Amino acid sequence: MIRLEGVSKVYRTDRIETLALDGIQLDLPAGSFVSIMGPSGCGKSTLLNLMGLLDAPTKGHVVLDGAPVGSYRDKDVARMRNEKIGFIFQSFHLVADLTVLDNVELPLLYRKIAAKERKKRALAALEQVGLASRVHHFPGQLSGGQQQRVAIARAIVGEPRILLADEPTGNLDSQMGDEVMAILHRINRDAKTTIAMVTHDPRLAESTDRVVRMFDGRQVQ
Amino acid sequence: MNTSTFKVALRGLIRRKFFTFISLFGIAFTLLMILVVSAVLDHAVGPHAPETHSDRSLYVIGMRLKGPSWTNTSGAGYGFLDAELRDLPGAERVTFYTMPSQAVSYVDGRKVKSYLKRTDAAFWTILDFKFLEGGPLTADDDKNANFVAVINESTRDRFFSGQPALGKTVEVAGQRFRVAGVVRDVPSTRWLIFSDVWVPIATMKGDAWRHETLGGFGALVLAKDRRDFPALQAEFQSRVRRHPLPDPAHFDRLDGSLDTLFGSVARDFFDMPSDDGSPLGFSAATKLRIGLAFFAVLFMALPAINLVNINLSRILDRSSEIGVRKAFGATSRVLVAQFVAENVMLTLIGGALAAAGSTLVLAAINASGLLPYSRLSVNLRVLFWGLVAAVFFGVISGVYPAWRMSRLHPADALRGHAS
Repeated sequence: MIRLEGVSKVYRTDRIETLALDGIQLDLPAGSFVSIMGPSGCGKSTLLNLMGLLDAPTKGHVVLDGAPVGSYRDKDVARMRNEKIGFIFQSFHLVADLTVLDNVELPLLYRKIAAKERKKRALAALEQVGLASRVHHFPGQLSGGQQQRVAIARAIVGEPRILLADEPTGNLDSQMGDEVMAILHRINRDAKTTIAMVTHDPRLAESTDRVVRMFDGRQVQ
Repeated sequence: MNTSTFKVALRGLIRRKFFTFISLFGIAFTLLMILVVSAVLDHAVGPHAPETHSDRSLYVIGMRLKGPSWTNTSGAGYGFLDAELRDLPGAERVTFYTMPSQAVSYVDGRKVKSYLKRTDAAFWTILDFKFLEGGPLTADDDKNANFVAVINESTRDRFFSGQPALGKTVEVAGQRFRVAGVVRDVPSTRWLIFSDVWVPIATMKGDAWRHETLGGFGALVLAKDRRDFPALQAEFQSRVRRHPLPDPAHFDRLDGSLDTLFGSVARDFFDMPSDDGSPLGFSAATKLRIGLAFFAVLFMALPAINLVNINLSRILDRSSEIGVRKAFGATSRVLVAQFVAENVMLTLIGGALAAAGSTLVLAAINASGLLPYSRLSVNLRVLFWGLVAAVFFGVISGVYPAWRMSRLHPADALRGHAS
C-alpha cells in the first residue's frame, strides 16, 4: 500500500542542517494498522508528513500503490492526497468558521461532486462517528472528543485507503481517547483502511497490528 | 468556487470585527469619494438635458491677447465671434452667449439676487431646455432687441410666488423684461448654460460690445459629427491667426481654442492656449487625463495597500485552515482563487456601503444649496464604475496575499509556521 525506501529528510536553514530522518525502510501493507512511537523530536511527525505527501524526502522514495511518487508537482500531489489519504491531527484543525457539516464536506470540495451528493456523504461519515445530530454546530460549540470525531469524519468522507493520524488522542482524556481509538479500529476492520498512527501511549500502540519505534531520526524497531 | 468559500469569507468577516471595520472603512470611504466626485463630474459634463448634444459640441471659452509686455486674458468678444465663427464651415449650428452675471432686483421691497445671461435664438435650438410655460426666445427677439426673457422655475417662485409668470414683467439689472417662457432649473454645474434669467444679446446696453475681440462672451458650436472636430478646430485656428489684432502697438498675437468642454478646462488648467509645441506632443486634454488617472490610481491604491497589509498579517491567523485545505487536496491555484474571491466579496460589501453612503452625501449636497439647483444622484453609469473600482480593489489587494498564503508549505502551515 505505502512503502518508504531509504527515506531521509534534512531540514536546512542558513546556518544549521538537521537530519530529521535517516534511511527509513518501512512497508505498510493494505489494511494494516501501524503505530509509530518514540520520544519527542525523534522524527515521528516528519515520517507521517512524508507518508502523507505533505513533504518531500531529501533522499529515497515514497512508493504509493506500487508506484514511486516521482514528481511532487502541486497539482498531482494534491490530487493523490485528496483521493488516497485522510488526515487526523492532534489539535483537530477544524475550520472555526465552518459548521460541522461544512468541515466534513471540505475534502469533497476538491472533487467534482454535486452539493447534494457531498452533503449525503458528509452525513453518512458523521453517522459513522455518532455525530449526525450536531451537523449545524460550529467546532467551538463541541467538546474536544466531539471535535476529534468530526475530524475523523472529515478524514474518512472521501473514502481514502490510507488514514494518517498524528497523536489523535493526544489532546483528549482517556475515556474520549478510547472512544476515538474504537472508531479507528472499526474503520480499519470494516473498510480495510490502512492506518498509521503516531502515539506516545503504549497502551494504544499495543492495540494495533504493529509498532514502529523511532529514535533520533532512525527506525529502531 | 463554491458556497463554502463565501460562507468562510462571511463568517470570517463577522468573527474578526476589527479587521472588517478597518477594511470596510478604507474601501467604503474611498469608493464613496469616487462615487461623489464622479456623480458631480457626470452632472457637470455628462450628456444630460439641456446639454443632450454635448458629444457633438465644441466651445470657445477664453481668448488671449499677447504682446512683449502685456497679456490680456478674457472671454471672447462678440465682434470676434460674429466675424469668425458665425459662418464656420461644417458647423451645424452656432450660438453666442455671455457668462452669467449676478443681478439684483427688488420684489415687494425684497432684495432678490439672480443670474442673468444674454444669448441668441440658436441657443434654444441647440440646447434641450424643458419648458414649463411659454417658449424660447426667437430670432425676431434677437434681431429687434425685444425685452423678453426666459426665467427658471426658482426665479418664478422668487418673483411671482410660484404663480404662472407668462406675460408678466421682471426687472433685472435695471431693465424690464416680459416673461416669454419658464424652464426647469438648470444646475450650476452646467456652468456654460446655467442662469436664472436669459434675455436677448441685443438688449445689452451701448454698442461697443459689438466690435470687441475680447469680451464677456462664449460660443458653442454644434458639429454635424464628432469626426468633424479636427476640421472645425483647424479652420477656427486659421481664422484666429488672420483676425486683425485690436491693438498692434501692444499685442502681436491672438490665441484661442475651439475645444470640447474637457479640453477647454484642460487648456485653462495647464495655461495652454494651443497644442503647438507642447511637451512630448501631448494635448492639454491628454495631459489632464493622464494627471487625473494618476491621482485616481494613487487615491485607490492607498486602501488597497492597507488591505494588502491587513491580509498579509492574517496569514498566521489562517495558517491552520490553509494547511488543512492543502492536506485534503486544495491546490495553490484553488486557494488563490478562494482568497481573491473572499477579498472581492469584502470590497463588494464596501462598494454597497459606499453606494448607500454616497446617496446620503449627494442628497445632503442637493439640500445644502452648495451647488445651486443641483440634483446629484448616483446614476447607473457612476454605480457601474464604482463596482468596477470595487472589483479592481478586491483583485489588486487580494492577489499578492493570496499568492503568499497559497505558497505556504502544508506541513509548516499545520504547525502554525506561516512566515
